[in-house]
Amino acid sequence: MNVQASVTQAGAREVVLSAEDLHTWFELKRWGMLRIGHVRAVDGVDFALERGETVAFVGESGCGKSSLARTLLGLHKPTRGRVIFEGQDLGALDAAGWRAHRARVGYVQQDPYGALAPFMDVRRILAEPLIVNGVNDAAERDRRIRAALEEVRLLPVEEFLGKFPHMLSGGQQQRVVIARALILAPTLVIADEPVSMLDASVRVEILRLLRDLQRARNLTLAFITHDLSTVRYFAERIFVMYAGRIIEQASVDALLDTPLHPYTRALLAAIPDPDPDNATHYKEIPGGEPPSLLSPPPGCRFHPRCPVAIAGRCEREDPPETTLADGHRVACWLHVGGEGA
Amino acid sequence: MSALADGLVQLRRYPSAVAGIAIIAALLAVAAWAVIAIPYGSALELWRGGAQWQQHPVNARPAWVNWFRASSLPATQRVASDPATVEVEEYPGARRLVIPIELDYDHREFPSELNVFVDAAYLELEPFLRMTWHTPDGRAIPLGGRRVSRDERISISQDLALERRLGALPHVALFADPAVEGRPRALPGRYRLEIEAVVFEPESTLGATLVSYGRVHGLAGTDHQRRDLLVALLWGTPVALAFGLIAAVGTTLTTLFIAAAGVWFGGWLDAFIQRITEVNMILPVLPILVMVGTLYSTSIWLMLGVVVAFGIFSASIKMYRAMLLPIREAPYIEAARAYGVGNTRMILRYMIPRILPVLIPGFVTLIPSFVFLEASLAVLGLGDPELPTWGKVMNDAQSESALYHGYYYWVVGPAVLLMLTGLGFAMLGFALDRIFNPRLRMI
Ligand SMILES: Nc1ncnc2c1ncn2[C@@H]1O[C@H](COP(=O)(O)OP(=O)(O)OP(=O)(O)O)[C@@H](O)[C@H]1O
Ligand SMILES: [Mg+2]
Repeated sequence: MNVQASVTQAGAREVVLSAEDLHTWFELKRWGMLRIGHVRAVDGVDFALERGETVAFVGESGCGKSSLARTLLGLHKPTRGRVIFEGQDLGALDAAGWRAHRARVGYVQQDPYGALAPFMDVRRILAEPLIVNGVNDAAERDRRIRAALEEVRLLPVEEFLGKFPHMLSGGQQQRVVIARALILAPTLVIADEPVSMLDASVRVEILRLLRDLQRARNLTLAFITHDLSTVRYFAERIFVMYAGRIIEQASVDALLDTPLHPYTRALLAAIPDPDPDNATHYKEIPGGEPPSLLSPPPGCRFHPRCPVAIAGRCEREDPPETTLADGHRVACWLHVGGEGA
Repeated sequence: MSALADGLVQLRRYPSAVAGIAIIAALLAVAAWAVIAIPYGSALELWRGGAQWQQHPVNARPAWVNWFRASSLPATQRVASDPATVEVEEYPGARRLVIPIELDYDHREFPSELNVFVDAAYLELEPFLRMTWHTPDGRAIPLGGRRVSRDERISISQDLALERRLGALPHVALFADPAVEGRPRALPGRYRLEIEAVVFEPESTLGATLVSYGRVHGLAGTDHQRRDLLVALLWGTPVALAFGLIAAVGTTLTTLFIAAAGVWFGGWLDAFIQRITEVNMILPVLPILVMVGTLYSTSIWLMLGVVVAFGIFSASIKMYRAMLLPIREAPYIEAARAYGVGNTRMILRYMIPRILPVLIPGFVTLIPSFVFLEASLAVLGLGDPELPTWGKVMNDAQSESALYHGYYYWVVGPAVLLMLTGLGFAMLGFALDRIFNPRLRMI
C-alpha cells in the first residue's frame, strides 16, 4: 500500500475524471407541482481521479455518495458544475458521445440481486451491454461473455451461462454484476458499496477480485463504502463526504493515521479497533443527527455535532478547503492556515 | 423467462388446470377441425341458407334426443327412383313411365314433412305426372296429378286440397295407422309412392326423390331455416376463440405498452394517459357498441376493433402502472441506463417482461370474457351478418321463441359451448394465478 500511495502522491499520472464545483440537487415537490425546496445531495464537490488509482468515498448514510456516483455516470444531470471525463465535458456530450461515455464507465451496485434482471439468464445479462453498444456479431459477443465470466472466476463458464440470478449465491451474483461492468472494457469503474449486502464470508473475496481486476486492467476505481475497515487494504486515497461535500481527502495512510477533520475522527472511532490506544483516543466523538440536506446548517455543516467547534466562527462561515503536505486536503476552521489538529 | 417455464411445469400439479387445458385443447381441436372440414367460404355459403338446405327438416331436434325417448323420432329419409325399376310403355307421341319409390319406415312418430323432388329432362313439352301413395296395409291413396317443370319440388305436406281431402296434415294422414284410436300413430312398414308420368318427347326422362323429413337431425339439430346448427356450433368455435384471443392479446399488450411508456417517461405523458383512462373508464362500452352496430356495421372485425380500442385505456392501465412504478426504480433498470439502454428497449425488454408472468392468469381469464361479449352482442342482434357464431344461433333461437316452442336444444348447444369455454379458461387461469401469485396459495 505504501508503495502505491507514494506513486499517487508523486502526481505523475494522468487525470481520468475530474469534478468541478459539482452540484446535484433534487427538486422536492408537493402535490406534484409545488416546489418546496431542494435536496442538496451533492453540494459543491471538487476532485480528480487519476488513471489506475483506487479511491474510496466514505461517509454516513444519506451524505450523497450514491448521488455523486450517479452524477458521474450521467444518470443525474448536475444542477451546477462540470464533470470532465478523459478530457470531455459530459455536459457538452451529444447522444453518440453519451453512448461512448457509458461504454467507458462501469457501474457495480450495492444489491447484486436487484442489479440483475430476474428474467434474464447470465448469458443475456452479459449480452445486453454488448448489444446496445453495437457489438452485433453473435460469435464475438459469445467470446466476450465467456472471457468476462472467466475473468470474474465463474467457472466452469458453461455452467453459469444459462443460470438465472435467483439460482446464484450473493457472491456469484455480484461477480456477474462485476463481469457486466467490465464487459465493455471501461477505464473507470464506480462501485457503490459493492459488498455491503453480501455475507461477511464473501466480502473479502469480492474485494480481492475487484482489486485484482483493477490492477490487471489498470482501472480507475471509485469505491463507495461506509465501512472504513476495508478501505486500508483496498484504496490509495480516501474522500470523506459529509452532507453533500467532500470535507477531507488524503492518501489512505495519511487519513487513517492522522485524520484532521473532527468528523473523520468520529468515523474512525466507529471502527472496532484492536489497538487499545486508539480505542480511547477519540473518545470525544459526538452523537447527533446528520444534517438535513434540504436546509443544511449555516457555516460548517458539521458544527452542530462538532465537539471542538469554534464558537462564533464555525456556525457562521463555511470553512475553506486547506491543502496540507502530501495533498492532504481538509475543510475545517481548525486547520485553516496549516495549523495541526 | 425461467419463472414462466417453471410456472408452466407446475401446472401439472393442479387437476383443475389439467381439466381446463383439456377443455381448451378440445375446443382448439374442434376449431381446427371446423376450419379444415368446412372452409371459410363454404361456411359463409352454408350459413346464408336457401335452396341448399331444402332437403333438411325445419327445427329438427338433435339425434341424441332419441336416447331419452320411448318411441324414437324419425330421421330424414331420402329415396331416389331407380331407373332399373321404371316401367315404360310407348304411345304415339308419348311415353308412359311408372316409377315406384319404396320407403321403409319404422317409427311410430310421424315425419315432419313429405316432399317429392322431381328431376325432369325435356325440351319444350312439360311432362305430366300423377302420384299414388300405397300404405303397408294395402291402401292406395291418390295424391293428384300435375305438370312438372325441370327441377320441381312437389310439396305434399303443403297441398291444401289434399289436406282437406284427407282431413289431416298429409304427412300425418298418409302414415297414420288406421287401427289406432285417439292420438294418431304412424304405421311402420314399407310404403310405396307410385309416380305415373307421361312424357311427350323422345329424349325426355324423369327421376324423382321422395324425402320423408325427420324430426331429428345430426348432432345439433336444425333451425327455422333448415340450416344444420352443427355448422354454426362448429364454426362458432374458431370465431369465438379468435375473437377472445385477439381481443385479449390486443388489449393486454397495448395496455401494457402504454402503461409502461407512461411510467417510464413520466411527466405529462403519464398524466395524459391517466386522464384518458379515467375518462374512458366511465364511458359505457356496451351502448357505444350498440350504437356502432346500429349506425355503421355489425361486422365482427369492426366490433373487435371497437372492443380493443375501448379495452386499451381500461382500469388495467392503473394496475399495470402500480406494478411498474417500483420497477422503474429497480437497480437493474439503473444499471441498464448506465450501460446505455434506450427508451424503447427499456420498456419492451426491461420493464414489461418483469410483470408479464403476473399478468398471465388475468390474461387467460380475459379471453372468455371477450368471447361472452361477442356472444352478448350477437344476442342483442349485433352479431356479424355473415359469420356463423354461437351468439347468432342464440339470437335466432330467441327471435323464433325457441324456448316457447320447446326447441331447447337450439339454446343449449351454444350455451354449453360458451360455458365450456368460460370453464376451461377459468380453471386454467385460477391455477395459473396460484402459481404466479404465490400469496394466494395460502388461502
Ligand atoms: N432521485 C432522487 N430524488 C430525490 N431525492 C433523492 C434522490 N436520490 C437521492 N435523494 C436524496 O439525496 C440524499 C442523498 O442520497 P444518497 O443515496 O446519495 O446517499 P448515500 O450517501 O448513498 O447513502 P447510503 O449510504 O445510505 O447509500 C438523500 O437524502 C436522498 O433521500
Ligand atoms: Mg448509497
